[in-house]
Amino acid sequence: MDKIIEFTKNIQFTLGDSVLEIIYLFAAVLFILGLKMLSHPDTARRGNFIAAIGMILAIAGTLILHKQGGQRIGNMGYIFGALTLGLVVGLVIARKVKMTKMPELVSFFNGMGGAVATIIALMEFPNIDKELIELHGMLNFQTLVIFLSLVIGSVSFTGSMIAFGKLDGFIKDIRSKSLRYVNMVLLLAIFGFVAFLMMQGRIDPKDLMPYVFILLGVSLLYGVLFVMPIGGADMPVVISLLNSFTGVTAAMAGFLYGNLAMLTGGILVGSAGTILTILMCKAMNRSLFNVIIGAFGGGGEAVQNELGTIKEISETDLAILLSYSRKVVVIPGYGLAVAQAQFLAHELDVLLEGKGVEVKYAIHPVAGRMPGHMNVLLAEADVPYDKLVESDKANEDMDNVDVAVVVGANDVVNPAAEEDPSSPIYGMPIVKALKAKNIIVLKRGMGKGYAAIENNLFYHDKTRMLFGNAKDTLQRVVKEVENM
Amino acid sequence: MEAILEFIYVNSETIFGIILSIFLGIEVISHVPAVLHTPLMSGANALSGVVIIGAIIILGHAESTFSIVMGFLAVFLGTLNVVGGFAVTDRMLEMFKKKPKKD
Repeated sequence: MDKIIEFTKNIQFTLGDSVLEIIYLFAAVLFILGLKMLSHPDTARRGNFIAAIGMILAIAGTLILHKQGGQRIGNMGYIFGALTLGLVVGLVIARKVKMTKMPELVSFFNGMGGAVATIIALMEFPNIDKELIELHGMLNFQTLVIFLSLVIGSVSFTGSMIAFGKLDGFIKDIRSKSLRYVNMVLLLAIFGFVAFLMMQGRIDPKDLMPYVFILLGVSLLYGVLFVMPIGGADMPVVISLLNSFTGVTAAMAGFLYGNLAMLTGGILVGSAGTILTILMCKAMNRSLFNVIIGAFGGGGEAVQNELGTIKEISETDLAILLSYSRKVVVIPGYGLAVAQAQFLAHELDVLLEGKGVEVKYAIHPVAGRMPGHMNVLLAEADVPYDKLVESDKANEDMDNVDVAVVVGANDVVNPAAEEDPSSPIYGMPIVKALKAKNIIVLKRGMGKGYAAIENNLFYHDKTRMLFGNAKDTLQRVVKEVENM
Repeated sequence: MEAILEFIYVNSETIFGIILSIFLGIEVISHVPAVLHTPLMSGANALSGVVIIGAIIILGHAESTFSIVMGFLAVFLGTLNVVGGFAVTDRMLEMFKKKPKKD
């Protein structure tokens, strides 16, 4: 007790300071509650709202009450200008973008967070505590935190932008083995450079600025080359990983400013993102290391065996086949998203249910470009929850299925994952469409899936193909079923 | 070595907070159904925008033109992350609303 009294005597605090700490604490609690609620379907939307309130509180509290060296926040005009501009642009982008573009958007916004962390690190580097440098030279934790924030923030920024570009299609995959070595060298160079800068002893941080900019450049480049060789099937994992990176940088900035809201929020995102990343890797039966090294689909050593012939089916025949089936399973993939065919798929399943056909959707965890991508799309088309079946459950019942309709999916139904040990996707759990009595594949053309490997399913005796944009072909099938 | 010990002593409360938060984050997330993976990732992404507080602090104490420009950029990008993140998450979750069951 005496100790506490003595402690309080020695520090001076104002009402504002303590109120701000309480606001931050409150905001941190709202973040945790929000995240907790976000992980249950019933409360998710409210959870998002609660987290947003926590954010508004933290921002407003900072604006009104924050002090640094006795100075209140100034430049209010600029701050409100930037806030308003960000608010308007952010809302417009978030509202206007199509649901199929969601993964790109998350990646883009995530990159923004990374850029902010980078800027903070750059601006705070010259302000490293003079006393700390006097005591320990550059070899102190503040310096380390700033460097890590700079490196991780910029990797997160450029990495997210490349992921955004790749998903959007204006950046193509570059797959070469040499890139893997370049990346490893770059990573070592970054670590070495950080170590070198921290060994500089008692020096004015301002004198090191040119080196810091070199470090920044190398880190930005690493972000680009880090995502470049990673194939599409791994994009969800990468976005999730970069998301947790941004969380970690937010926490580091929080550490720098002794700010509880930033610290808790950042760490929460860091650990949540990491868990999501691991869940994703598990769904694909791959290690995170493999994903990061960018080994996926890079080999292309898969043996080309004799593939057989492709058989096509007409819309009319498909309509008849579907109408006289008992059980139909729809296996959606990215093609469904691209064609925006989810509404038609639902129309078809309502029609078929009217005829007494049982229709389910088999959802592979990594179908599409993000975890849960298919769920979001089908929910958009009002497909009821109970019709969506996870792939394990769907596989148990696949023997009894009369028709499996694959709409724009490829790698997630590729039997090579089970049969061909030389295949790059060997070991990945798949939806076992091959076990169904008939397999119909709706596909734009004979192009390969994102993992760029051949799919034997398309050449199987039981399989028939219906080529064309899924929206057009489904439209015609719906009409045919209606007329029957 | 001495520096590390000193650091741990000085920042013990923060270190407690960080370690507990890590476990909290794992615990809060680990039972999430696959349906909510995308919204959750998006929501977490909005939360990482909390870094904007740092941006406000920088701009709020900026004096040189360079730091005002950088601060402005940081606050703008941070707002984009926060607002866009929450708005997109809300839009996704809007579609998960319980619909009256059809017979």
